[in-house]
Amino acid sequence: MAATETRAPVASPNGGLAGVLDSEIWLGRLMIAPAVVYIVALVGFPFVLALLYSVSSVTVGSPELNFVGLANFRRIVENPTFWEALRNTFIFTIVSQVIVLVLAKILAMALLKDFRGKWLVRLLILLPWVAPISLGAIGWLWTFDSIYSIINWTARALGIFGPDTWPIWLGQPNLAMASVILVHVWRLLPLATVIILAGLTSIPQDIHDAAEVDGAGFWRHLFVITVPLVLPILLVALLFGIVFTFTDMIVIFILTRGGPYDSTQVLASWAYFTGIDGGDLAEGSAIALFLFPLLVAVAVAFLRLARRTEVT
Amino acid sequence: MQTVETVALTKTFDSVRAVDGIDLAAREGEFLVLLGPSGCGKTTLLRMIAGLETPSSGQILINGQDVTGLPPRARDIAMVFQSYALYPHLTVFNNIAFPLRAQGAGKAAVHDKVTWAATMFGIQTLLDRKPRQLSGGERQRVALARAMVREPAVFLLDEPLSNLDAKLRTSARDELQLFQRQIGTTTIYVTHDQIEAMGLGHRVAVLNAGKICQIGTPQEIYAEPTDTFVATFIGAPPMNLVAQDGAIVGFRPEHMQLAERVAETAGMLVVPTRMHRIEYLGADELVYGTLEPPFPEEKVIAKVSTSQPVSAQPGDRLEFVVNQRDVKRFDRDSGVRADAGGAA
Amino acid sequence: MTPAAYKLRRIGGDCAHVGILATFVIFTAFPFYWMLITTFKQTRDLLNTENNPFLFNAPPTLHNLDVLFGDTLYPQWLLNTAIVGVAVVAITLLLAVPAGYSLARLPGRWAQHLAIGIFLTYLVPPTILFIPFSRVIAVLGLQDSLYSLVLVYPSFTVPFCTWLLMGFFKAIPRDLEEAAMIDGLSRFGAFVKVVIPVSTAGILTVVIFAFTLVMQEFVYALTFITTSRNYTVSVGVPTFLVRGDVYFWGSLMGACLIVSLPIAVLYNFFVSRFVAGFTVGAIK
Repeated sequence: MAATETRAPVASPNGGLAGVLDSEIWLGRLMIAPAVVYIVALVGFPFVLALLYSVSSVTVGSPELNFVGLANFRRIVENPTFWEALRNTFIFTIVSQVIVLVLAKILAMALLKDFRGKWLVRLLILLPWVAPISLGAIGWLWTFDSIYSIINWTARALGIFGPDTWPIWLGQPNLAMASVILVHVWRLLPLATVIILAGLTSIPQDIHDAAEVDGAGFWRHLFVITVPLVLPILLVALLFGIVFTFTDMIVIFILTRGGPYDSTQVLASWAYFTGIDGGDLAEGSAIALFLFPLLVAVAVAFLRLARRTEVT
Repeated sequence: MQTVETVALTKTFDSVRAVDGIDLAAREGEFLVLLGPSGCGKTTLLRMIAGLETPSSGQILINGQDVTGLPPRARDIAMVFQSYALYPHLTVFNNIAFPLRAQGAGKAAVHDKVTWAATMFGIQTLLDRKPRQLSGGERQRVALARAMVREPAVFLLDEPLSNLDAKLRTSARDELQLFQRQIGTTTIYVTHDQIEAMGLGHRVAVLNAGKICQIGTPQEIYAEPTDTFVATFIGAPPMNLVAQDGAIVGFRPEHMQLAERVAETAGMLVVPTRMHRIEYLGADELVYGTLEPPFPEEKVIAKVSTSQPVSAQPGDRLEFVVNQRDVKRFDRDSGVRADAGGAA
Repeated sequence: MTPAAYKLRRIGGDCAHVGILATFVIFTAFPFYWMLITTFKQTRDLLNTENNPFLFNAPPTLHNLDVLFGDTLYPQWLLNTAIVGVAVVAITLLLAVPAGYSLARLPGRWAQHLAIGIFLTYLVPPTILFIPFSRVIAVLGLQDSLYSLVLVYPSFTVPFCTWLLMGFFKAIPRDLEEAAMIDGLSRFGAFVKVVIPVSTAGILTVVIFAFTLVMQEFVYALTFITTSRNYTVSVGVPTFLVRGDVYFWGSLMGACLIVSLPIAVLYNFFVSRFVAGFTVGAIK
């Protein structure tokens, strides 16, 4: 429906105001304005500030903005921790997202059919998303504990671990990364599943029926019909997941504080330790800003891909 | 041998019998139409034959083989859906090729068969397009090509013309009929449109509330309906049904003739009518009126050709007569045909 | 293949189905089962490496919960979280409901661009903003105050909630509003009196989702709040219930459970609507 000019109100008691309340164009602008203003103020403005800080020498102690050019960035790039953190960020993000996507796809498909007790299953599967992540992570802290780890206890009881095998989940570099990824996957699985389930239910049943009649077996049906049609939503879920994981630090903060020996340090957590714990606001901002170009690149790539896979 | 047979087929949904013990048989090469109002069970019946619904009880046989426990792909059938169900992300070529590839056909065989099917429906120039770039009529042909390409034993069609606009529907109906007669594959076709049913089918099965009321050629169904449901469902406007002498008497609108225009009215049924409206439809006129004694005060409609129009004013009393052979008698309580001539 | 063979295949498929579901349910839910037991376990039972951790080897106890509610500021944190939650949800609704309606109904290509723009604000995540924010909050004098959170939290709830609401509003047929306008309401009046009541379920879904986001938030709360009295649950529990190297596991697990379970139950009711709103928004 195309909007035309403001309709002149007919015998309206409020005069001009009623005109606005009826006009499609002006009402639209008015209604979205508060949200836009708020977001510009609370996202745009601090973002600009972050940019300013990163090229200054601001600390908590001396909050003056002394312009130092790219000195902060240079210092960061020369710091070996940066490269470690960058590498970890990528590993953390990519591995966890791939795992989440595959698992969520399987789980979503399993949830498509109606069955008895489905509401209970759904409730239990939602739990990781619903619990505050900091608290859920603490639960995992105990699960990974070096002495009391329930995983180790169970594995030893079942005979999977011999008497010499006792992995220190959060103490050994590779295991720590694996543990952190595991908890992050655990936390994102419900939301990813819900999103993919949304995509799956939007495929008309007719298409599935036609594929059945046409003779498609399980795998052909899945890969030639279902997956391509879910792809737009899969990409949206992946995009959200990547952006979210790339910038997240809660799990790492609680489980490992970035250790052992920075093996689970990611850019986000490092920015926190430098900026808030360390008080160096400028360097902290600069570290965090390294996230931005990568995010933009990812978002642009995905938006383009998503547009190309649209089928209807 | 019967190509498709159902034996006491029943489907119950939550204590509602959608399909109630249906015995059906479609002969080889036959175009069988399942006709009925919405909710009569015709689509459920079709889907059970296809294997998309599991029967609550009963059997389905295709070419003599019991297929009741088999999935759709093992039944040698093809189906055209009301929405066509074309795969939106695949090209027309790949849509038609899909069933062949699912069977594991080789690349050359696929190419040849797809081209053959596409040419048969005149869509060979559209092979690189996607469904969203096609018109409704083109999509329908792609759906038909996809169904035909495997040369199955049975075609199942679920109201494939209902998504087309009226003008297109007539020509599509014509093409469909030609196509089926040419190919000769047994076809089962579901529709609620009685004109489609009469025009397309070798035989028509009229369904109501999960049961078959009557099955026969269009002529049989029209001329000798077995109950009042069939009598009023087929024919537009429907057969006039009037209570008389403890039974129900029926006669079709076009069989009502003005007494003054008939030479010999002896033995005919006299239908005195008080007319209140005439509707001009072009080729015919519909005369709406109310019956006069000795009939109860019921509404009737007469259809008269405009080559000999009725000239009368609202409120005039007209005397119609109906030839006795065109008068059908039905039981007052059950609606079942009471006089001889009720065909099976 | 014979019908019997197909039947066998189907049974096998059903078994696999159950197996897959069971595996996932164990994966997602077992930490909570774990928390449940640990909450009521005596500390000596918990710390004894010989004991089977899945069972109560000593009688269950309410001691941990006593500590949680008596010796810590947990009740205060719950209150803080509730206050912030309610306030932020209110602000979010005030901003996002009109915005979502505007994007769903009112024409113009700029509407679609704005929608993408809103989505793009998520590319500037809290991790980039929390450092400059810490200064802004200090300058504004809101340091260590719950108001700082109330001010800042909508920055990440509003964009997503606007998007969700846009989806919900799009799903309502225009006929309803048009009928109301013919009956004499202005467009805005139709929005308030017709559209909002009809989309109550969708709005409730957004409320719960926003509340969950607020409850989960960690980075801003950790940065802005310094006094233990003013913590929210999300920050208070990890920082306070860990004294040095000693973790009060029983109380920690209890804290987590108390917060998670009610929300989980509520969420379960609204998840299908959430899915519906997300779908409409994503598949334009």
